[in-house]
Amino acid sequence: MVEEESLRVVRCGGSELNFRRAVFSVDSKYVFCVSGDFIKVYSTATEECVHILQGHRNLVTGIQLNPRNHLQLYSCSFDGTIKLWDYIDGILIKTFIVGCKLHALFALACEDSVFVIINKEKPDVFQLVSVKLPKSSSQEIEAKELSFVLDYINQSPKCIAFGNEGEYVAAVRDFYLSVYFFKKKTTSRFTLSSSRNKKHAKNNFTCVSCHPKEDCIATGHRDGKIRLWRNFDDEKKYTYTCLHWHHDLVMDLAFSVTGSSLLSGGRESVLVEWREAAEKNKEFLPRLGATIEHISVSPAGDLFCTSHSDNKLIIIHRNLEASAVIQGLVKDRNIFTGLMIDPRTKALVLNGKPGHLQFYSLQSDKQLYNLDIIQQEYINDYGLIQIELTKAAFGCYGNWLATVEQRQEKETELELQMKLWTYNKKTQGFVLNTKVNMPHEDHITALCFCNAEKSENPTLVTTSKDGHFKVWILTDDSDIYKKAVGWTCDFVGSYHKYQATNCCFSEDGSLLAVSFEEIVTIWDSETWELKCTFCQRAGKIRHLCFGRLTCSKYLLGATENGILCCWNLLSCALEWSAKLNMRVLEPDPNSENIAAISQSSTGSDLFVFRPSEPRPLYIQKNISREEVQWGVFVPRDVPESFTSEAYQWLNRSQFYFLTKSQSLLTFSTQSPEEKLTPTSKQLLAEETLPTTPFYFILGKHRQQQQDDKLNEALEDELVQLPLTENIPAISELLHTPAHVLPSASFLCSMFINSLLLSKETKSAEEIPDDVSMEEEKESVDSDEENNFTEQVQDTNNTDLGKDIIHQLSKSEEKELRKFRKVDYSWITAL
Amino acid sequence: MDAFGGPIWSMAASPSGSQLLVGCEDGSVKLFQITPDKIQFERNFDRQKSRILSLSWHPAGTHIAAGSIDYISVFDVKSGSAIHKMLVDRQYMGVSKRKCIVWGVAFLSDGTVISADSAGKVQFWDSATGTLVKNHLIADADVQSIAVSDQEDSFVVGTAEGTVFHFQLVSVTSNSSEKQWVRTKPFQHHTHDVRAVAHSPIALISGGTDTHLVIRPLMEKVEVKNYDAALRKITFPHRRLVSCAKKKQLLLFQFAHHLELWRLGSTVATGKNGDTLPLSKNADHLLHLKTKGPENIICSCISPCGSWIAYSTASRFFLYRLNYEHDNINLQRVSKMPAFLRSALQILFSEDSAKLFVASNQGSLHVIRLLEGSFKHLHTFQPQSGTVESMCLLAVSPDGNWLAASGTSAGVHVYNVKQLKLHCTVPAYNFPVTALAIAPNTNNLVIAHSDQQVFEYSIPDKQYTQWSRTIQKQGFHHLWLQRDTPITHISFHPKRPMHILLHDAYMFCIIDKSLPLPNDKTLLYNPLPPTNESDIIRRRTAHAFKISKKYKPLLFMDLLDERTLVAVERPLDDIIAQLPPPIKKKKFGT
Repeated sequence: MVEEESLRVVRCGGSELNFRRAVFSVDSKYVFCVSGDFIKVYSTATEECVHILQGHRNLVTGIQLNPRNHLQLYSCSFDGTIKLWDYIDGILIKTFIVGCKLHALFALACEDSVFVIINKEKPDVFQLVSVKLPKSSSQEIEAKELSFVLDYINQSPKCIAFGNEGEYVAAVRDFYLSVYFFKKKTTSRFTLSSSRNKKHAKNNFTCVSCHPKEDCIATGHRDGKIRLWRNFDDEKKYTYTCLHWHHDLVMDLAFSVTGSSLLSGGRESVLVEWREAAEKNKEFLPRLGATIEHISVSPAGDLFCTSHSDNKLIIIHRNLEASAVIQGLVKDRNIFTGLMIDPRTKALVLNGKPGHLQFYSLQSDKQLYNLDIIQQEYINDYGLIQIELTKAAFGCYGNWLATVEQRQEKETELELQMKLWTYNKKTQGFVLNTKVNMPHEDHITALCFCNAEKSENPTLVTTSKDGHFKVWILTDDSDIYKKAVGWTCDFVGSYHKYQATNCCFSEDGSLLAVSFEEIVTIWDSETWELKCTFCQRAGKIRHLCFGRLTCSKYLLGATENGILCCWNLLSCALEWSAKLNMRVLEPDPNSENIAAISQSSTGSDLFVFRPSEPRPLYIQKNISREEVQWGVFVPRDVPESFTSEAYQWLNRSQFYFLTKSQSLLTFSTQSPEEKLTPTSKQLLAEETLPTTPFYFILGKHRQQQQDDKLNEALEDELVQLPLTENIPAISELLHTPAHVLPSASFLCSMFINSLLLSKETKSAEEIPDDVSMEEEKESVDSDEENNFTEQVQDTNNTDLGKDIIHQLSKSEEKELRKFRKVDYSWITAL
Repeated sequence: MDAFGGPIWSMAASPSGSQLLVGCEDGSVKLFQITPDKIQFERNFDRQKSRILSLSWHPAGTHIAAGSIDYISVFDVKSGSAIHKMLVDRQYMGVSKRKCIVWGVAFLSDGTVISADSAGKVQFWDSATGTLVKNHLIADADVQSIAVSDQEDSFVVGTAEGTVFHFQLVSVTSNSSEKQWVRTKPFQHHTHDVRAVAHSPIALISGGTDTHLVIRPLMEKVEVKNYDAALRKITFPHRRLVSCAKKKQLLLFQFAHHLELWRLGSTVATGKNGDTLPLSKNADHLLHLKTKGPENIICSCISPCGSWIAYSTASRFFLYRLNYEHDNINLQRVSKMPAFLRSALQILFSEDSAKLFVASNQGSLHVIRLLEGSFKHLHTFQPQSGTVESMCLLAVSPDGNWLAASGTSAGVHVYNVKQLKLHCTVPAYNFPVTALAIAPNTNNLVIAHSDQQVFEYSIPDKQYTQWSRTIQKQGFHHLWLQRDTPITHISFHPKRPMHILLHDAYMFCIIDKSLPLPNDKTLLYNPLPPTNESDIIRRRTAHAFKISKKYKPLLFMDLLDERTLVAVERPLDDIIAQLPPPIKKKKFGT
């Protein structure tokens, strides 16, 4: 039973794709990359994630094709195991338990052992050891036979390279290159003049690569030079050549399969191909968007893959043409905007590339698109003060997007710009509508849209350190056709010249709360009159939010001194206050719940509560050891049904949060094995269905299942899970890889049969979208009721689950009534 | 001897040394036979279309490669016919240049021909088949020179961008015998064209338009990390180019093709130490003496009285008599030079200007008595039997009794001028002598060697002086031994017998023999001690070497009289300003 499982904090996608070099399959059809605890298998042609190989319990640190069976993949992880996978079917074949943290993996064709980087004694001293992989038929094998190869090496696998079919291994660290010859069992060591000499101050080695055919080692350096070492079996007669194009450190090097060319990349975001290792003969692939961190070459030689610091893989053709981009969550920058949900795509929206907003799909762990906000060429250089995208907000169901960018070179020179973007249905994207230069005299501290349904005119409020808050409304922009619209400032408010720090609209949009340092002011949004003020003298207000639904008469404020206050708007009095050092205060848009994350010396704790009572619904201590910066509730497409009171706050929405090291985490009761694939795959299948007749069939099925379950028993499993189980034909059709499917004619009868059978069991019903609409309407109704009757409704003991039944049964009636009118004309089209 | 082919662009001696190849403007390659007494024309090779710019012999002497414009020809020496004509690509980075000049070729014993051309390419050709084997594009400008090591495992090329590239023959993999040529290290020590390169067993030597000679040691060939392992950059010849007539305050400057005579200016003003005084009388350019013919001046000298000037080119010796009539100068050439005075390596006048000493390039030393308008040959010191080494440094004692002469390697010979016989020979030393001088009164010979050692040898006693023995026992200061340029001139103060004045290109030094010698712990280059310190402290910190680095590069420095010192500085900027502009290269970040 799901409810018995405990709630755990899980990493939810968004992990680094660029942590290690990507690996190509032999036929170049797939590219593998590590992604947190998983290995992802992408198709090089379609950019789609084909498989996720899961099984490691910690960060995967290295992958390599099995040199003796190119349909298998080795992987190693911090959990101390080496696993062998069948990547075509996504099956774990074997697990070798080594026992200590493995930092990198190298597999050679000629040996029955693999090489791994471990650190045994001191934390920063790493060794290269070979691990003998015993032959055994069992699934889990202990592999404890380690033999030591090199000591005191760099932990990064970029600093180790095997050459000439495993005859020697080259390792670089700091200022020296050491080459170990396996046959002779000797080590040659070459040292470059170190930093004492000013001219050679940046001589450090950064990466190494070995020529596949010749005895030639290429090393990258911090000053941008590439050295090609030869004759390195003789410590006296060794010689090297320099290639110099990069102006900053060389991040990675790779030889092509034949060794005729050398690829290099770095912070310039340009892939350089050195042909025949000649300085004058080089080709470039510029404008790759972000620092190249890794370069890999496919064994067939037709593709290259570059991993970039913005969590992106680019598949590049041999002729230096980028052919595919696999983009994960961009993570290498400060998040100023916080986490937002795009109401249209349900994508997570946050700062992405410099000057961009990224739209990231949580389900498919993929970036949907980038919106260029600043629209200026980004110049990557140290010490340059860049324009920063600091604030963003969605309004009116995703029709409007407001962004604020700023650049401050000196104390007195502040450049501010606010942009308002409208969603264009034709282009399916945001188009710049209004640009406001210097909307305020000082930094903008907050902005929010009035998202009330009844408000006919979109309204935006900005608060600033200059002591004012401004109300912006959409007006006719005096176009001769009277068609263009634009935003203008409608009202400027202030309160005793205090800095305005936060603003928030009540759910119905009738009230606006603006905090001025320690004081909260309430304004009527119709007339912009100051209604009342609250002041607790408990420090500056850091967070401000209204309660929702039944709790909409409450206003919450968290102060810098660690006090959480809850005011009753009807009595204009403090309802309760609690001592909490709040970092995140995030209301759930679908319920009364509010999530708060507090920071203490030991870690961050999560509290979920309703404003109507100070006692939290749910507490989870130590959700993260580091500071949590942002959190957001993401509405679920399909509500969950946790019966346990403690988890009910997760029924309608899922809570995601971002820590200081920018790992995106969430709460889940599922075990990690079943966490991602079933749901994500199903959603993928369902979402991708266009509204064809086939969709209606599936949609009805789902509805059926849902109703079945809800009517039968509440303490059932996940609502959407039975779908695939009950109709095996469909699941088979949708979830088996296309290349192993039998012919369509063979499947057809089975598929039709399955549909016929299920259709007999229940009558068709409405599509689920309507249900949610009903729900919302209802909740709004009750909300308004609360406001008008000024009654305090006690919703605490109402079970959310019962609520759903009640509503569903009601809606069911309506739908049944509507059902008669449903058009079945499409059947004729079949 | 005329080759009858127009200007000669290239020459190459055969590996055996008995034959000489000449490449001419009209495209002909001519072979000459070299015998001990003459050079004799032997044969013509097949005539080519355009001028022959480079030539190289196969080490076996059977074939030659000739670089021309747009192609390289391979000739068979026996038949004299061209076997292959290898066309060089004119293309340069996709841009077609008008012509591709093959500036240098090298024939290796395995039959490979390496060519260096004006399109910036170094190419490897198979002379048996006449095909291109490998192409290295190394520069945006011409590759102008090439030199191969004796082992044929490495070679060096110089480009017009001032870069010298080193190529090495390395094995492809450690367990295979296959080898390939790989460009290894570039050296950028020149600003202008590198016109000539040489490959010694332990160093790469390059020189060009920017007037520097650079010796870059190959670290892998250097056995011990001594001073030879350091990079050397030589700007000025290690010889005296300025001579001085002390009494008349005249300076004679030797240039490649002319001599200039200047009279020093003077001042009547006085000032403090460190002041620059205004000139009351400007320096006069008295004479500009141009040589006849294309030959360079080897050596020159002006007599101490200022009335004689002698100089020598490679084949002729000139002696002039100067007459001063107020401000006018009357120059009179002394004609009818004897046959033995064909050329000289060093010329020296005695202190009283009555005698002329000429070191000829056959190793003999001529002593000539100068009379008003004529001269008389007194004696010739013949070289010791068995040695053919010629003397290149001379020194005469102020009293005119002793003449010291030194060759490039053997010891210094001291002759008695009065008795016209060899007095003694200073024991031979491993390093060549760079400067010689005989002190007045004591007749101590001071010898400076290229390893920066300084010896003092007493001519009357025929042995090293006590001071010299002391300093040899204690050893010179390590900073003194690490100096880069040799001492080119030694002189003495007439009133201070304990002082030796000497200088190299970067410093001027007075050695005070009465003061204690510095050891490695003391400061060698002592800045002027602060004036407020007492004499005792100053005396305590003082040591024998008083060094001034105020003037550099210093070409000449000498005492005119007891109170006047003349220093000749040749600023490098002046030389660079006269050079053609270097090839423009975009520098990153500018």
